Amino acid sequence: MSILVIAEHDNASLNGATLNVVAAAKAIGGDIEVLVAGSDCAAAGEAAAKVDGVAKVLVADNAAFAHQLAENVSLLVAEIGKNYTHILFPATTNGKNVAPRAAALLDVQAISDIISVESADTFKRPVYAGNVIATVQSSDAVKVLTVRGTAFDPVPAEGGSAAVEALSSADDAGTSSFVGEELAVSDRPDLTAASIVISGGRGMQNGDNFEMLYKVADKLGAAVGASRAAVDAGFVPNDMQVGQTGKIVAPDLYVAVGISGAIQHLAGMKDSKVIVAINKDEEAPIFQVADYGLVADLFDAVPELESSL
Amino acid sequence: MKILVAVKRVVDYNVKVRPKSDGTDVDIANAKMSINPFCEIAVEEAVRLKEKGVATEIVAVSMGPKQSQEQIRTAMALGADRGILVESDDALEPLAVAKCLKAIIANESPDLVIMGKQSIDGDNNQTGQMLGALTSMPQGTFASEVEIADGKAKVTREIDGGLQTVELTLPAIVTTDLRLNEPRYASLPNIMKAKKKPLDTTTPADLGVDTAPRVQTLKVEPPAERQAGIKVADVAELVDKLKNEAKVIS
Ligand SMILES: Cc1cc2nc3c(=O)[nH]c(=O)nc-3n(C[C@H](O)[C@H](O)[C@H](O)COP(=O)(O)OP(=O)(O)OC[C@H]3O[C@@H](n4cnc5c(N)ncnc54)[C@H](O)[C@@H]3O)c2cc1C
Ligand SMILES: Cc1cc2nc3c(=O)[nH]c(=O)nc-3n(C[C@H](O)[C@H](O)[C@H](O)COP(=O)(O)OP(=O)(O)OC[C@H]3O[C@@H](n4cnc5c(N)ncnc54)[C@H](O)[C@@H]3O)c2cc1C
Repeated sequence: MSILVIAEHDNASLNGATLNVVAAAKAIGGDIEVLVAGSDCAAAGEAAAKVDGVAKVLVADNAAFAHQLAENVSLLVAEIGKNYTHILFPATTNGKNVAPRAAALLDVQAISDIISVESADTFKRPVYAGNVIATVQSSDAVKVLTVRGTAFDPVPAEGGSAAVEALSSADDAGTSSFVGEELAVSDRPDLTAASIVISGGRGMQNGDNFEMLYKVADKLGAAVGASRAAVDAGFVPNDMQVGQTGKIVAPDLYVAVGISGAIQHLAGMKDSKVIVAINKDEEAPIFQVADYGLVADLFDAVPELESSL
Repeated sequence: MKILVAVKRVVDYNVKVRPKSDGTDVDIANAKMSINPFCEIAVEEAVRLKEKGVATEIVAVSMGPKQSQEQIRTAMALGADRGILVESDDALEPLAVAKCLKAIIANESPDLVIMGKQSIDGDNNQTGQMLGALTSMPQGTFASEVEIADGKAKVTREIDGGLQTVELTLPAIVTTDLRLNEPRYASLPNIMKAKKKPLDTTTPADLGVDTAPRVQTLKVEPPAERQAGIKVADVAELVDKLKNEAKVIS
């Protein structure tokens, strides 16, 4: 078995999601190599070489890969991917953007969002907003997978000393270009990596009221998330959406404030260890998954919670 | 400019789907079926481009059983001009769907293909990207804004860290995210008009596409159930439980 892990990185450093993918690769078993495709990405390559369990790092350093454009990176992955039994991506927006494109170039049916490795060709994945877990078996020669980070504990970022090999590939499809990005800047932990998440829903009424949640979050070292309704209403930006079609989180503690608990929201948080719900409607479905439910007006309960921490 | 939109027939998003007790498949025999919500957003975007004078024709395509005609008619009621059904009773994988779409594109030569980012049943989030690979078209996935100008598509994408904007040559593929638009409701006169719009039917075999599955579903099961929790009386009790019982805060 030889496994290629596609690193998630910003050229300067490795994104933590990569460590969860290496963990999934270890569960499959075999030689693990990591591809770092980027521009001026030597530092990310060095970080990948230190990851526990990695045998080799391939660094494709070229302007064509600067912003991970799928048109270009998929060509590279398809070109080198034939030599592996498995190609693993994180199930991040970047991984989801590139993996299927690379898979189709290899004439492979990719498997999205795996949550467990049953054997080298058999995996579990959620379907229907996580209401059903399917066990699926691939008959393709190369398995292309995206890995749900919350389902695999990360391997240590240090401890390895893999060889680093430079690739000269410069695949540029010439059909897409990067124009710009607006990235959220926050001192709080990353939503998908935080051990505590506090999320607000439509019940928050507006963006200013999220300030109450930020104050609690800062006392707890928590990240702040939101329901789709809160994002659609413009209270907070899209990168805070938790759910079937947003981010998947599984922290030690998830606090849902003014969120009803629609199945699409539950799909993104119901694997959290402890769930707290604060909602004024005692019939709200969120209480069916909450370990601790508080029926209360959030405008009383949240400030009180903050002052008692 | 011609736009192709892909619309998928799926179990309605309000239905809570459960596995059959023997674990062979999901129990959806009598479930309400609808157009996939992301595909509805795709149709709406195409219609808005037509209303702005950017697009001249919208073709709605679905791969699936005969009843998928209903979802094509829904797309027509929202403003698509005609439809194509690629009829198949098999569970088509994203790669097979993308191959069918590629064959349709070879006949139709659209300038823009708009599809959903994800189906809410399979949750694969693959088909648009695969179609991009097979046709060498660029892709603007998870779109929250689309602008067509000077023979290019400028697409703003919802990414983990925020928003990213890319520029694509045409023809291009766009997959929709939730914030792209809010789909309209079809009016009764438009629903009636849709019944008279042309709808052609073909099959994967006619298109020369092999749809044999590569991935086999061995088993389906419900997810681990959470144990029922308790209601706490007030914030003080909540904090006490989190500190001393669950030990998740200190
Ligand atoms: C294709 C598709 C994809 C989707 N993807 C997602 C997704 O990824 N994530 C997601 O979250 N949703 C998603 N949804 C939307 C989902 O179906 C729900 O509409 C959404 O989660 C509702 O958000 P909410 O709970 O904040 O709002 P509501 O359902 O309106 O609930 C608000 C809650 O706040 C409570 N409340 C109001 N005021 C107060 C107060 N003062 N004090 C205490 N409680 C109060 C109310 O009792 C209510 O329970 C998706 C839907 C579709 C169709
Ligand atoms: C429990 C279960 C068991 C299954 N077992 C099998 C099996 O054994 N073998 C098998 O081959 N498949 C099986 N399937 C089907 C398969 O997993 C997916 O549902 C199917 O591959 C389509 O993927 P998707 O709709 O999630 O694609 P996505 O990539 O999420 O779809 C994105 C977009 O692509 C477009 N699109 C996708 N499909 C169509 C379509 N048919 N028509 C028009 N547009 C479309 C739409 O615009 C859609 O919004 C099973 C599904 C489930 C839930």
